[in-house]
Amino acid sequence: MAVEVSIPTILRTYTGGAKGVEASGATLKAVIDDLEASHPGIAERLLDDAGLRRFVNVYLNDEDVRFLSGLDTEVSDGDSLTILPAVAGGSR
Amino acid sequence: MTRYPSLLDSVGHTPLVGLPSLSPSADVRLWAKLEDRNPTGSVKDRPALAMVEAAEADGTLTPGCTILEPTSGNTGISLAMAARLKGYRLVCVMPENTSAERTQLLRMWGAEVRYSPAAGGSNEAVRVAKEIASENPDWVMLYQYGNPANIDAHYRGTGPEILADLPSITHFVAGLGTTGTLMGAGRYLREQKPDISIVAAEPRYGELVYGLRNLDEGFVPELYDASVLTTRYSVGPRDAVRRTRQLLDEEGIFAGISTGAILHAALGMASKAIKAGVPADIAFIVCDGGWKYLSTGVYDATDLDAAEAAIEGQLWA
Repeated sequence: MAVEVSIPTILRTYTGGAKGVEASGATLKAVIDDLEASHPGIAERLLDDAGLRRFVNVYLNDEDVRFLSGLDTEVSDGDSLTILPAVAGGSR
Repeated sequence: MTRYPSLLDSVGHTPLVGLPSLSPSADVRLWAKLEDRNPTGSVKDRPALAMVEAAEADGTLTPGCTILEPTSGNTGISLAMAARLKGYRLVCVMPENTSAERTQLLRMWGAEVRYSPAAGGSNEAVRVAKEIASENPDWVMLYQYGNPANIDAHYRGTGPEILADLPSITHFVAGLGTTGTLMGAGRYLREQKPDISIVAAEPRYGELVYGLRNLDEGFVPELYDASVLTTRYSVGPRDAVRRTRQLLDEEGIFAGISTGAILHAALGMASKAIKAGVPADIAFIVCDGGWKYLSTGVYDATDLDAAEAAIEGQLWA
């Protein structure tokens, strides 16, 4: 399953500056493992012992994976994954 | 009742209007809660007034006090109006990359504006405000991201109003910023209708806002409780602008850009209901009108590309 992963600025040191990279895997966890294989060090920035780090948000086709199945969320060919730091909301 | 003793008493009680053109079928209907019909033109009049009144009730706010608040605009404008009428001084900390109208409106109602750096967005405004608060211990920071009165305003107001107008509601969709609207109205609606879907639409900004964010120093509002939500969508500027223009073109509703992001998520829910062949009554929040965003050029841009470019680097929600 090849998916397009959008990388936030802060993590582009791991991807040679690339904004988006391809990765594959049947679940989010597998995709992150694949990312780690190509871009060593990146997984540690996304995960801790409890799973996704508190201030890391991952969206599968724009939907927050925490409301899907977290790291076990299934991904399909052509899906898009977006990784973003958590930020405070806007017009507030 | 449409007569009130004063402007402050008229906060809330906003109309819920159907969207006959954007609703996909007679069984799957969209409903817009027009929060721009509040005194200063945004949903934020509800939490702002509730926070001020709660602070007055518990003795935190006393006559002559200075109120301090990090805000990218609407809450500050609401607080400025309430502070003016109630005799408080207001200092707002606002990111410098918000629209010019916001500064004008804040000053018009008598607020002082201090700017925080554009990079980092509202996170940075929160940080700067906390710094100023520690230097001025006698000032009162209502702190909308952590103030339970914010949630309470929607639990007591927005939620019950929507249910009264739309007893058949199946979905409630709102923006995720302080999380107050979703936590308050969402909690109320779920208590009354356990099967309801509570859907968050979170604005996804351009690079600038996230650029300097360290993944270890992110921000999650203290009010946020993920268990209230059914799901949460991230909506980028292009979809937000596209839906804002569509709402204007097809339904005549002149809304701000964050409303476009919310409508995008609401339409996504409508598509799912159509595919599943089930009826749905989807209510969503119109946070504010488009007036404050006119100078961005989003509304009269020739096409979607130009409209998207117009808000690049702006905090549009």
